This record gives sequence, structure tokens and C-alpha cells, in this order.
Amino acid sequence: MSMGNGLPEVNGHRTTAFLTDSTLCIGCKACEVACKEWNGIDADGLEWSGHSYDNTGAVGASTWRHVKFVEHEPIAGLGGNAADLNSWAFSSDVCKHCEVAGCLEACPTGAIVRTEFGGVYVQPDVCNGCAYCVVACPFGVVQKNKDDGRAFKCTFCYDRQKDGLKPACAKACPTESIQFGEIESLRLDAQERLRELHSRGMTDAQLYDPKETSVGGIHAFFIVRGDPKQYNLPPKPEVPTVYLRDGWKASAIGSGLLVAGALLAFLSSPGKGRSGRR
Amino acid sequence: MPGLGTSFGRGGATTAQQDLINADAILIMGSNMAENHPVGFQWVMEAREKNQAKIIHVDPRFTRTSAMADIWVPLRAGADVLFLGALINYVLTEGKDFREYVVAYTNASTILREDFRDTEDLGGFFSGWDPEKKKYHPKTWLYQGSPEKEAGSGHEEHGGGHGKDRGGEAGDPGEHESDPTLQHPRCVYQVLKKHFSRYTPEMVEQHCGVPKDLFFKVAEAYCSASGPEKTGAVCYAVGWTQHSNGVQIIRAASILQLLLGNMGRPGGGILALRGHASIQGSTDVATLYDILPGYLPTPMFNKDADSLKDYINKHRCHTGWWANFDKYIISFLKAYYGEAANKENDFRFNWLPRVTGDHSEFGFWLDMADGKLEGLFIMGQNPAVGAPNGRLERKALAKLKWLVVRDMVEVESASFWYNSPEVERGELDPDTIATEVFLMPAAGSAEKNGTFVNTQRLLQFHNKGPEPIGDSRSETWFMYHLGRRLKAKAAKDPSPRNAPLNALTWDYSTEGAIAEPSAEEVMMEINGWTVADHKLVGGYRDLKANGSTASGAWIYSGCFPDKNKNKANMREPHGLYGHGWGYAWPSDRRIIYNRASARPDGKPWSERKKLVWWDENKKEWTGLDTPDFTKDKAPDYKPEPGAEGDAALGGDKPFIMHPDGVGWIYVSSGLKDGPLPTHYEPLESMFSNPLYPNCDINPAALKHERPDNPYASFNDPRFPYVLTTYRLTEHHTAGGMSRTLSHLAELQPELFCEVSPVLAAELGLHHGEYATITTVRGIVEARVMVTDRIKPLQVAGRTVHQIALPYHYGTNGLVKGDVVNDLLVISEEPNVRIMETKALLCDIRPGRRAQGKRALAELKSKLEQAA
Repeated sequence: MSMGNGLPEVNGHRTTAFLTDSTLCIGCKACEVACKEWNGIDADGLEWSGHSYDNTGAVGASTWRHVKFVEHEPIAGLGGNAADLNSWAFSSDVCKHCEVAGCLEACPTGAIVRTEFGGVYVQPDVCNGCAYCVVACPFGVVQKNKDDGRAFKCTFCYDRQKDGLKPACAKACPTESIQFGEIESLRLDAQERLRELHSRGMTDAQLYDPKETSVGGIHAFFIVRGDPKQYNLPPKPEVPTVYLRDGWKASAIGSGLLVAGALLAFLSSPGKGRSGRR
Repeated sequence: MPGLGTSFGRGGATTAQQDLINADAILIMGSNMAENHPVGFQWVMEAREKNQAKIIHVDPRFTRTSAMADIWVPLRAGADVLFLGALINYVLTEGKDFREYVVAYTNASTILREDFRDTEDLGGFFSGWDPEKKKYHPKTWLYQGSPEKEAGSGHEEHGGGHGKDRGGEAGDPGEHESDPTLQHPRCVYQVLKKHFSRYTPEMVEQHCGVPKDLFFKVAEAYCSASGPEKTGAVCYAVGWTQHSNGVQIIRAASILQLLLGNMGRPGGGILALRGHASIQGSTDVATLYDILPGYLPTPMFNKDADSLKDYINKHRCHTGWWANFDKYIISFLKAYYGEAANKENDFRFNWLPRVTGDHSEFGFWLDMADGKLEGLFIMGQNPAVGAPNGRLERKALAKLKWLVVRDMVEVESASFWYNSPEVERGELDPDTIATEVFLMPAAGSAEKNGTFVNTQRLLQFHNKGPEPIGDSRSETWFMYHLGRRLKAKAAKDPSPRNAPLNALTWDYSTEGAIAEPSAEEVMMEINGWTVADHKLVGGYRDLKANGSTASGAWIYSGCFPDKNKNKANMREPHGLYGHGWGYAWPSDRRIIYNRASARPDGKPWSERKKLVWWDENKKEWTGLDTPDFTKDKAPDYKPEPGAEGDAALGGDKPFIMHPDGVGWIYVSSGLKDGPLPTHYEPLESMFSNPLYPNCDINPAALKHERPDNPYASFNDPRFPYVLTTYRLTEHHTAGGMSRTLSHLAELQPELFCEVSPVLAAELGLHHGEYATITTVRGIVEARVMVTDRIKPLQVAGRTVHQIALPYHYGTNGLVKGDVVNDLLVISEEPNVRIMETKALLCDIRPGRRAQGKRALAELKSKLEQAA
């Protein structure tokens, strides 16, 4: 396999990630278009949303990169880079490629697999359109295709990575808001960038990289200013399967009680039975 | 680009986009760079991130550029000169100018004629105004002692002609006087000081709508980027040019940059951002009717007489680089007419077509509307959507006998006869339009060899990928084969009028099944060769005035110095400026006037800001860029009396195209509306000129007012809001290349208007619903976007509401919408003849416009409100 981008190998392959730094995003949507062009995805529709300059809404089956526009009333004198007010922020959303991926765990057909780059990949020829993955994604990323009902989402440009190329979105980004590379070195870059932003007075800047929750870390982390929720990033994403343990416990208790009840029923009423038979 | 051309000598951006990374402050004004030049904007971001440069964005709207800036300044549309003039006044009164640079490298010390009168003396006019002809006689603008020479440009009697893309058109400055102490009352510095003395922060607050504190914040941030250790850059685009005083806005920026010592230095300069892939190239090789390739003036009927000698005498300067004028025009004639051109027949100068009238863009559109034009070629343009007063222009197309449209899709300019607002409204009837329309499919840039010349004067060759599909062909193919057929026709008719066409060199080889002419051979002809052996020349220094060389456009000479060396196709960049990738005219200089990056003694101003310097050991100029200077001319070189050309300029004169070798704070010749920028109100304005109440608008601007091109009256009560138009990053200009592509169309699928919440509340405009916008000329409907990103401004005691509309939509494509340019008026800035799109008067009401034929009735009743 080509190591064209010079990234280090981990266990024979690279574990890669996106760092999307929204403080560098100019909202040009080149990532959205490059993604659709490279992957041959259809347009979403031609509806004007009236929501800022965003007319594609959210990440979905036919939008694998999506630029979110977040507006706060601008103040004359302050540009968006002022520490005091981030008046119009843009952030390019994408599949998080979770370490513990809800979609992958929920998929009954084995269509969803983890690639050698650490990404989560839906094999369109195996997917049967059951949509278990859709409800299992804590980020609302995987969606069913309108036409045939199969699930689609970002492939992490598996084909490009195979050839040692950056994903199309990262390649097209003119301001390096979307960075791509080896995951741990990107995490270090992110920490350094955060320190720098803080030192420049942007104390509202934070790294969104939920490692403490059940998703166990993601392959697409974000630097954002302000509350991550406004960028469509949930504060505590959980893989639905974490509820299974409690579920099993509850069902275990439940079934235990049922069994006990049944036994009790048998044990407590032999006479009646007998008498009944009589 | 006369704004830059007259100020510095060449009509092109003075710097490279990569160089913005070196700036300590970047002033973006008249440009929405992040949206319209997102790729180049990476260098602004790098300057911000790596250099902690202060990014200042001055714009009526808060855009994606403002979102990246440190300071956003909402400004009343059309008040740009007032704002920049106040910055100039701030520099002068606070003593912030880079004095050593100003004295050595600008004309600040030059003394002006006694009979020159400033606008401050004449209530808004400079001396020389002819109220009958409505134009200036610029004689009194000359330097004291300069010989007077007939100023010629365009066909003056027809009110036409452009300003000059170069200074010195009116002659040599001669033995002019100067005062290096800058104390003489008639020196440029003192005249400038007086001229801008009333451009105060109070004036800015009152008439630009910018609070004083905010003005000072900008002034301090930008003007501190000056001196040996610091520099600041200015980026502008059509937000400056598309005003009735656009060139003078750019002049104001030029003055500011010269005073701060920011020209020719890393992180400095003025970046003129071009809106299309090869707009710079099209001006260089002369799409304008009155210049020939390489900024040589087209001779005029009568004015330039019949002799090459007279023409050269008129346009050649004795000192400075334009002393080489004769070499360039003669090499150009040799490229056109080959062996048929020789010394005895004046190199067939008389075969060159003459300018006989006003054939500028709007000149011929108005002629067309009047039925004076038979046919038209439209290539790479969609005026039915992209041009002002679209209704007039579409109706004009219906008066042609024939129309050729070459495009990749059926644009509105080709379908106007069956699908246009005029057809919908019953103004045009397909059954009665006699225009024969030929829609010819054009090849895309990936389907042909050729070059782009980008915003920073960089020639970049692109190689063909796939063959063009079906009948689509490149423009080169079309022009070559059209020329070939015309020549074949002319060859059969020996009448004298066919002699130039018969002699025209047109012998490019063709290749492939479609006989595509060789783009590289065209480039070789442009580069130039010695006539005897067709050996390619190394650059324009090799061109001769004796007919021994030929070159199609001298400024590009050097781009193809060897048959195997197409420099525009080089792909190995090195260094910050990317030398080795493409070829920047002239002579691969990436930052022009870079001699100014060194002190007069040849040493860099500072280590941090070094670029080009004198190597005392090697006795030559060296550095990080190709020196824009004669390589072995020492800094202490002093010209002999009577020296000519470049030899007449000292070793400390960086602006080598100018006859006096310095940057022009004051432009003594070459402009049609004055030697210094002056604030005038937009042609449609609700305010009187606060500085000159008796001279509201640029007196030299051309309004072309007529029944089909009407204007709102001053402070028109029917149209109480300011209209400004703009572009979105998601679409390309008139939309032919974006409305037709689903991946782009979906990103901005419908026309919308941006209005402030205050105005929305006042008028009952609801977000997401429709509004109807009218001007005297047109009526359009758009979805309402109520946004805080556009703010009402307080101007002269009134609240000014500005309404912003993107202009990309039309009747064809995947996404459609009303043509916003139907609202605009055909008007002409006097130097570049461009229309005012950025500041007009309009009205807005909730709800959709009347549909079909009733739309015109609605407009009519709106206009009748006047009474």
C-alpha cells in the first residue's frame, strides 16, 4: 500500500483522523462540493431554507460534509475574529468515525465495517436498508437514501486513502480548516492550537473530542468557539449499546421474576389443582 | 486599470497573493475576498494566524470576509473616498507618513503649476473644467516646467476613450522643480494636505455612518503598519471599481500606500482582485477597443494622423521605460503583418484599424438599442443577466440582425428571444424578432490548451484533458478558423481594403481530428522572435525598433524564450513567491516596483522586510524576487543631462515606467476626472455632497440618461433606500457556470434580499416570505432574509437603510430568479467606463411582484407616485 502522504504506520496501517478547526473556516462549502463531486452524490434538493447561508441542512445520506452556519448579532467594529464576539461562525460537520461505533454495532448484515485507517465504512452492496444504524448513530450522521432506502454516510474517502491521498474535503479546503493526518499527532496539534487561541483571548474556544463517553473517542474532532451544541455536536454522545447492559440486567431481573412467579404459582396451588381436577 | 496604472506605472496588481502572509495589517475594502476569492484568501488567513496581522474589513454588509476579520466597519455605500481621504488626512496631520520613503520614492516634493486650482478652490472642480463639453482640459494639472503635450486617449470628440493604464501619456515631466523639505506651498505634499484637510473623523461619522471611535480604531491599526519594520496591504475588487468614481477610490488607496511607504515591499502593495479566471489577461492583450496588446494606444482616426512617426512621438516618453515605445509598436506591427511590414511602408501602421467613435461596452449597447448595430459576438459573457439595465440590453439584442453566442450552456443571452422577462411581459414577441441567433457550444478550459493570466499577473498554462464533446470548440479554434475563412474570402478579392487581411500572419499549425490550432504557437508569437530566423527572444529587452523583431504583446515577452521552454507551463515552485510556477509579467517579477523594498542606498529597509537589494560585491541587484530594475544600475547612479529612457532615471527611482521614476501621489496626466481623488456622491443618492454642495456627483462621469435608461431624482421620495448588489461564493457571476450545476445550485437555490430587522419591522417584511424591489428601471421579487448582518446607519441625521441583492439569477438553469441587474442603470465612470452597481436608490415592499404583463403596470404605477 502506498504511504504517499508520509503518515506513520500503526500495526501495518495508518490510523487517521480529521481535525476540523472552525476558527479557520470561511464557510465557502468547497468541502461539501468536493465531497459530492468525488463520491458522485446527488444534490439534496433546491429548496431555499432561509437559515443563514445554509441550504443543505445537515449531514445526511446525500450530504457527507456539511457546513453549519452559526450567527450571533454582529457589532460594528468587531469582526468575527475578535476575541469578544464570534459573530458568524462556520464549521464543517462530518461523520465522527467513532471508536465504538453505534452504527457498526447495530448493523445486522455486516455491511458496516471498520477499515484499516480506523474509519467506519458502509458497504453499499451489502446494506439491506434495515436502518438499524440510523437510529444507532449518536450524531445523527447515517441516513437512508431516499430512493432505495440503503444507508449512506462519509466513507472517510477510503478509496483515496488507499491510494495515499487526503480525503477530498481536506484536499479542497483553502484555509486548512479541515486537517487530515495521523490521529495522535493531530490531537497534539489540536491541543497546541487551543492553547494559542486561549492565549489570544478566545477563551471560549474548545476541543470537541468526546473520549470519556461510550463512543470511546472519534476520528473527526473539532475546534469550535462557544457551546458545541450550536454546531450540531452533542455534549455527551453515547452508543446505544451501552444501554444494553442495563437492559440485560432489567430483563434478567424481569425474567427471573417471571420464572419465580410461575414457580410460586405452581408451588402455592397444588391442592387447588388437584381439587380442580376433581 | 488606470487607478494603479497612473499611480505606479502598470495596470496590474502590484503584489502576489502569497505575499499577503508578510503583511502586518490588511485592509480589505470594496471586496468580499473570502467569498469571491476563497483560494487567495488562505494567505490573508495565514497572515492573521502566523503573523498576527490585523484584518480590517470595510463593507456595508457583514460578510464571510467580515467574519474572518478583526475589525468590521459598516460603511454607507458610495462613501469610500470620504473614508479613505480621512485616513490620508489622519496620516498627514498625525505625521504618520514614512517620510524617507515619501521624499525619495514619490512625487510629494514636486512643484505644481501656478495656475493649478484644487477642488477646495473651485467648489468641487479642478481647474480646466469645460462645462460645455463636460470634460477637463488637464493642462493646468502638469508639473511646473513640464512641456505641454496633446493628451490623447480614445475618441475624445465622441466622449469616449479610457484613462491611461500608464502615467506620462501627456508627455515628459521635463526639468520640473521639487522641494525635498515638502514646505513649498505648491509642492504635491502641501497641495495634498490642503485637498484632504476637510476629510475629518467628524465628516466620516456624519456622512459615512462610521462612528469616530471606530474610525480611529481603523486608522491606528492600519497606519501603524508602516515604516522600515512593518507593512500593510490593501485588497480591493469591484466593490471599488463599480462606482462612478471608482478609479479615484483606487487612487486614494494608492496615495495612502505611498504615504505609508508600502509599495514594492513585502507585505505591502495593492492587490486588485480580478473576478474571473483571466480578466487580467484580457486587459493585457486588449479586449478594450482603444488599447492594443501590451497597453499600446489604438491610433485614432485623425488624431494620430497617418504617420507612425507622429504616433510614436505622441505616445513615447523620453525618460523612463516608455522610451522603448517605438520598439514595442513596431515589433507588434511585425507580428501582425509579417513580411508585408517594413520601414519604407511605415510598418503598415496605416493598416491598423482606427478608433472612429465611442465603441466602449455601453457605447455599443446603446447603439444597438438604437438599431445602429447589425451583429454581435458574445463569448464568455452573459449580458442578459450580468449587465446593468438588463431590460434595455435584452431589448437591444432583439434589434440585431444576427447574434453569435458561444458558451458551454444556453445562457439567457442566447434564449432572450423566447424566454425572458420581456417575452413574459409582452414587450418582445418571438414571432416578430428578426434576430438570427447562432448558439455555438464552447469547450471548457479542461478541454483545451491555453493560458490563464490571474489576478497577480501570473501566466499559467493549462493542458488539455479530454477532447471537447461533440461540436464544442475552444475560442482559439473558433477565432482561428473564422480568420482563416475570412482570409480565404479576402484572397479572392484584391481590393485595397482587403490588403491588411491578406497580409495578416495567420499560420498556426493545427492538430488532431478537429484541427485545433496550437496555443503554444500563439504564445510564441506573443513572446516574439527575431524576424530573420524566427529565433525566440529572451524578453522585451531584445525587441528592436528597426523591424528586425516581432512580438504580439511586449509585456509577456520572455514567457516562451525557447522552443522547448514554455515558462507559463512550469510546475516547480520554490520560495514564498512561487518562482518556477508559471510566469508573472513583466520578467517574472512577483512584486513589482520592488526596488522600493531597499533604501535609496540599496540596503533593505530592515532585515524583516527585505526583498531586493544591491549586492556591492557583485555590483548587481539581487534578492528574493526578480528585481524590477536594471540589474546593474547602482543605487548611486546619476543620469547624465539629456539621457534618455531608463538611463535617464537615477539608481534610486523604483517606479521605472514613470518618466520621473517615482510613485505618483498626484497624477499630472492620464486621468479624466482629476489629479487627486475627491468625494462625490453616487449618481443616485439621497444626500448632497457634504464637501461641495454645488458639485454632488463626479462631473466627468457619463450618465447616458434617456427614456430607456432613466435615473431616480436626487433624494427621490419614491426610492428611499440604498441598493447594493454583490456576489455569493456559491455562484459564478451571471450564473451560466453555476446555476446549471446541481452541486452548486443547491447551495444558494433562490434569489434573496438581505434587509435589517429594523427595516423589516418598519415595512412588515417577513423572513422567508417575498418582497418586491423596484428602481426607476426595473422590478424584481426575492425571498426576504432578515439579518443582523446588515445594519441601518446614521448619516447626516437620517437613518439609512441599505438593501443587498446577489445578482446571479436568471430565467435558465436549475435554479431561476429575477434578474437583479434589471434594477441597475447604464452609467460610466469616466476612466474605465464601468457602471455603478454598488450604490443606487430603490424601494422595497412586502409580497411578490405582479406577474406577467401586470409587472410593468406595477412598475409604471410606482413611478407615477412621483407626483
